[in-house]
Amino acid sequence: MATKEMTYREAVRQAMVDEMERDPNVFLMGEDIGRYQGTFRVTAGLFNQFKQVRVLDTPITEPAIVGLATGAAMVGLRPIVEMMTMSFSILALDQIINHSAKVHYMTAGAACVPIVIRGPGGAANQLSAQHSHSMEGWYAHVPGLKVVAPAFPADAYGMLKTAVRDDNPVIFTEHPTLYGVKGQVPDDKEFLIPFGKANIVRQGTDITLIAYSKMVHVCLEAAERLANESGVRAEVVDVRSLLPLDVATIYSSVRKTHRAVVVYEDWRSGGFGAEIAARIGEDCFDDLDAPVGRVGGLNVPMPYARVLELQCIPNADDVIAAVRKTGV
Amino acid sequence: MAQPAELTIDESPAVLEELYRQMLFIRHFEEKCNQVYRMGKAGGYLHVYIGMEATAVGWLSMLRKDDYVITAYRDHAQALLMGNDPVAVMAEIMGRQGGTSRGKGGSMHLYDIPNNFFGGWGIVGGHIPLGAGLAFASKYKGEDRVTLNFLGDGASNAGVFYETLNMAGLWDLPCIFLIENNEFAMGTRLEYHAANVELHRKGYPFGIRHERMDGMDVLAVRKAARRIIDYVRHEQRPYVVEVMNYRFAGHGAADNDQSLYRTPDEVEAAKARDPIKLLENVIRSQGILSDEQIEAIHSEIEDQVQDIYEKADASPFPDPEEVYHHVYTDMEVEKGH
Ligand SMILES: Cc1ncc(C[n+]2csc(CCOP(=O)(O)OP(=O)(O)O)c2C)c(N)n1
Ligand SMILES: [Mg+2]
Repeated sequence: MATKEMTYREAVRQAMVDEMERDPNVFLMGEDIGRYQGTFRVTAGLFNQFKQVRVLDTPITEPAIVGLATGAAMVGLRPIVEMMTMSFSILALDQIINHSAKVHYMTAGAACVPIVIRGPGGAANQLSAQHSHSMEGWYAHVPGLKVVAPAFPADAYGMLKTAVRDDNPVIFTEHPTLYGVKGQVPDDKEFLIPFGKANIVRQGTDITLIAYSKMVHVCLEAAERLANESGVRAEVVDVRSLLPLDVATIYSSVRKTHRAVVVYEDWRSGGFGAEIAARIGEDCFDDLDAPVGRVGGLNVPMPYARVLELQCIPNADDVIAAVRKTGV
Repeated sequence: MAQPAELTIDESPAVLEELYRQMLFIRHFEEKCNQVYRMGKAGGYLHVYIGMEATAVGWLSMLRKDDYVITAYRDHAQALLMGNDPVAVMAEIMGRQGGTSRGKGGSMHLYDIPNNFFGGWGIVGGHIPLGAGLAFASKYKGEDRVTLNFLGDGASNAGVFYETLNMAGLWDLPCIFLIENNEFAMGTRLEYHAANVELHRKGYPFGIRHERMDGMDVLAVRKAARRIIDYVRHEQRPYVVEVMNYRFAGHGAADNDQSLYRTPDEVEAAKARDPIKLLENVIRSQGILSDEQIEAIHSEIEDQVQDIYEKADASPFPDPEEVYHHVYTDMEVEKGH
């Protein structure tokens, strides 16, 4: 298949362009996404290309934005809502959890909510306590939502297209530090990556590292160092989709390596990695040579000072330490 | 539109000089902040108050020492005026141990609780009900404090603002909702974000007195502030005031393409009413300070700000162990990854 090199940012943007060109019911709404081209420039050029009513600059009112999008989706439109950062989706939790996620169930299937809520989630660079949240674990707790967190441009492209065509509310997290990451993206407007399919991004036999979004890159760095420094061959599973979760791929890797470490940026306690670790514990107990390891963010609000912030976010050293703890 | 200042100046020379010094100090401090950011010594989001100085200086100069103040993330001016040590403010912006929150808050999260400054908040609209809560508490305790609750034109669209206004109207809270209308919410112009651009009218449906006023002439600001603060203190009722000002700087230090939402000509036109220049004109025309004296104040403040920066820069980075402090009042969090 022909491919093009793109940044993660361009891949997200291209997926939106394709889907808007394909389906006139797809439209975009969010804060500063139009005239200002988006704070992370993900929507650059779209206001000029599609004009006002399909690229809507909204007031700073996240609950009403999501609520309006949900209502519009119930009667056939397919909104893509950009959250300036996923931390601001906290304001819209009621609309997302109490409304969007419940419509299909409460109407016994008579209505559905084809809405995508996308935006940067996670710690960037000193954005401090109110702007650095990892929200995907919160959403992956909610039946009725689908939650994805791609780590590479091609996945971002293929999964956003899938998200737009999905008839359910989809939370699509983009890590702010990934926007500049480059990769080959298929030059195919029908390149769709189904949800619920994990991807093995590095083969290995000694231990399985499981992550999504930015932490996949941290695991790849750790795996490379483990190989170079001590000949340990770590397999890296990129979960990509939290809900639905592809346990089959995770389990078959763990059954091969007999060890696992789950890595996530969210607060360690109660984060989504705990769910993955619990599943492995339940279903792969006999295959394990060591307890499942877990690496998460420190259990504190994100501090501003760079030295403290870096301390909070898991890095390759933390992953390697957890790998060592499993006895390899 | 807002009323221009009356021509009669009924402030003493000492007051005029003090207002001038305060605005100039904030201007230089903010310019230093932008410089510090460009040097990579501050990070994240940093929003300066350049162009808006007369609003905070005018209003805060009319408050009593025990009144409460709260604002959003564009908080340096308020933090300085409420009595914080400027070195600690700069150190916080630089993420140092000597900062107001020991480097854990940063530019957007400045506080001075002993001096009744309650921050310093990064979620647009989020602090508005907190301000009403401060006012509720003072009324509950039978005090006659006033709460000054700053918010932006963009924030005035948030649902929580209306919810809070309703409670403030319902319970007669002594809270001034001060909408700083600087004509932009980040890169979105007022007329693209507000259905009715007369933002003070948002007080009307809740039976709250409301008005629009000029925010560039510090003397006019003080006059209106005195009247409104007196009303709120004595009547123990809320007020919505829309202060018309303008930000000369970008939204934040990282906003480097202002051409997306305004022209240089527009900014230049607004600068014709630079609050510092407006007061300087009065000071000159009334013969209060000579050109040499004004010159001397400028260099004195520049030196002072340089000194503040150097002291802040000498403050160490926080100790790694501090990351765990202050999550709870009475217990430790689980440590490690
Ligand atoms: C709930 C929420 N949504 C979005 C943002 C991002 N944001 C920060 S400041 C801002 C503009 C606010 O404008 P305004 O209230 O007019 O204040 P100003 O910056 O002009 O002082 C936006 C959209 C945020 N901090 N919080
Ligand atoms: Mg504004």
